[in-house]
Amino acid sequence: MNQRIPVTELTSDFKSRAHDALADPQLRANFRTAMDSLMRKRADAFSDEAEREGLRELGNLIRARSLSNLPDLLEQLEARLTANGIKVHWAETTAQANEIVHGIIEARNGRQVVKGKSMVSEEMEMNDYLADRDIECLESDMGEYIVQLDHEKPSHIIMPAIHKNARQVSQLFNEKLGEPVSEDVDELIQTGRRILRRKFLEADVGVSGVNFAIAETGTLLLVENEGNGRMSTTAPPVHIAVTGIEKVVSNLRDVVPLLSLLTRSALGQPITTYVNMISGPRKPDELDGPEEVHLVLLDNGRTGAFADAQLRQTLNCIRCGACMNHCPVYTRVGGHTYGEVYPGPIGKIVTPHMVGLDRVPDHPSASSLCGACGEVCPVKIPIPELLQRLRQENVQSPQHEPKAVKGAGSKYSRKERMIWRSWQWLNTQPALYRLFLWGATRFRGLAPKRVGPWTENHSAPVPARRSLHDLARDHLSTNAVGDPRT
Amino acid sequence: MSARSTILNKLRAGLAGTSPRPDEFDASLVTEPWRYPPQERVARLRTLMEAVHTEVHEIPQANWPDVVAQLLSQRDIGSLLYAPATAHGQQLERAWRDRPDCPELRVYDRPVEAWKEELFNDVPASLTGTVGGIAATGSLVLWPDRHEPRLMSLVPPVHIALLRASEIHDNFYDLMTAQNWAAGLPTNALLVSGPSKTADIEQVLAYGAHGPKELIVLVLEDV
Repeated sequence: MNQRIPVTELTSDFKSRAHDALADPQLRANFRTAMDSLMRKRADAFSDEAEREGLRELGNLIRARSLSNLPDLLEQLEARLTANGIKVHWAETTAQANEIVHGIIEARNGRQVVKGKSMVSEEMEMNDYLADRDIECLESDMGEYIVQLDHEKPSHIIMPAIHKNARQVSQLFNEKLGEPVSEDVDELIQTGRRILRRKFLEADVGVSGVNFAIAETGTLLLVENEGNGRMSTTAPPVHIAVTGIEKVVSNLRDVVPLLSLLTRSALGQPITTYVNMISGPRKPDELDGPEEVHLVLLDNGRTGAFADAQLRQTLNCIRCGACMNHCPVYTRVGGHTYGEVYPGPIGKIVTPHMVGLDRVPDHPSASSLCGACGEVCPVKIPIPELLQRLRQENVQSPQHEPKAVKGAGSKYSRKERMIWRSWQWLNTQPALYRLFLWGATRFRGLAPKRVGPWTENHSAPVPARRSLHDLARDHLSTNAVGDPRT
Repeated sequence: MSARSTILNKLRAGLAGTSPRPDEFDASLVTEPWRYPPQERVARLRTLMEAVHTEVHEIPQANWPDVVAQLLSQRDIGSLLYAPATAHGQQLERAWRDRPDCPELRVYDRPVEAWKEELFNDVPASLTGTVGGIAATGSLVLWPDRHEPRLMSLVPPVHIALLRASEIHDNFYDLMTAQNWAAGLPTNALLVSGPSKTADIEQVLAYGAHGPKELIVLVLEDV
């Protein structure tokens, strides 16, 4: 097969991928247009500021309450789901989760799997795992289908194929499916519908994610617009849902504000076309629905984030994607630059717990700390604060134990640490500080002309002729009396 | 140790010395902004549903079967999947009995495995009831059951849904409280707020992604 591996996968680190992305005008235009429109839609959907802020506060309280009671809630969820006839499985690692999924499929001699959108299955790289075992795992969300067809990864958690335009999709369909070239979006979607309907009909197993798992009623709630989620969870004889352990909420009513926050933040929609609440497999007297429903609860680093009260807030996330839509860095470099499953601000705070800071050392620093992500987050995750925390953790000495984050200390440099220590010392010794000022202003001509990467795009900083202290002293001596404002 | 106990132990260790946060759910935040005078509920639902390409008709309780016949003939649709055991199914049957020009009535009376291919390829339209509607978001509430199974409102390209005007609630919270959902849900409960759609290519909205291409709501005037 003529397999096309995207350029962004081949280069090694965030910085070089960012360089490539920044030099691609088509990619930048695709993202800019999409993010502008998503930001506008969200703003329109939350036109009443008081209503929005009240709801965000409630969203935050609900998530914080769920996490403050997470182990008990998970047990309650398991008990309710089991009573409803849904089988619950637990996995610490993605490898375990894949084995569980594979085991369920094998037990039914399944060969074809159709998948609704699930970011956790991306974490697991489930498609590849199953393909290696001769099981076809087809994405059924239109965006995911396009991305899978081109052997790519999603570039946005809500809009997986947002980096492509209609012309690129049309070329892809022409190349891979032999479809006639058409840039008409309706025609392209109808092509997808025709092909995937066949798959829904034939599939042995359907896989989906979960938006909220409700402990009180033992219910898995999924939102979507396309109907592929309902198809994947209803048409095949087996449904396997995979989700992170943090997705559980206590009461059914808790999902009312969370749903509203999720769909309005993500897409600016008051609600998605479908809200699908699954509380059990087909009952003996029912005529359709899966005969078996399974839930796989995945840890994959989440317990690591949970262990620290501050970093635990990462797990408030309801995966709306608003933080990436509003991120000036994401909009410019695109989702693939991050090189991991979750891009954008949420990716930067969640990925280190999954893969270790040493694998994504640039993630916490790829931010201007402008604060937009924290401001729009529907459950009020203080993303900038968490990014700063991760930066600190990553410059700790690698010998420092216990580590708050897996792989912490990967950006530790003795030289840098020494420079900062000296800087601290200099600034806390008045006599020394005065001597330093005296020297810096007198010998300003000796300041270096090149200061690392800074001077690639900026002029080098030069100390002023007179220090601020000096100028202030002058000012105060000439305006010594009277109103300090004069 | 099993994955289950490892995970739970780690979580419990993280919470050592803390207690669960109190339940501070303030229902007014999800109800007060979404209140409508009773006579405006239908209009609100209609506006929102029409904005996402739903066809909405407000008609008297008595003659909806005629409207259904008309809608299907306009579309050249020759058959309709319905549920004969429901009250509305019987009303439809009675009304259409003496009219040879009406579309053929079909029944979902076997397990899906027995006719999956046919259901996916040869059923152009279906008619189901609803258990209510939501004005705030423009949503129908469906509780599929033995008579109107889950796929009945999903697979046929045209879905016609009956909604009693008196069963439209202001918001989701009111509806789930009034119907006491917390006491137990059916195997599948659904909110449906339009025909299936996607904006996955260039954010251009396209209808008829994987589910129904058309959703027709008949609001029955009973208030």
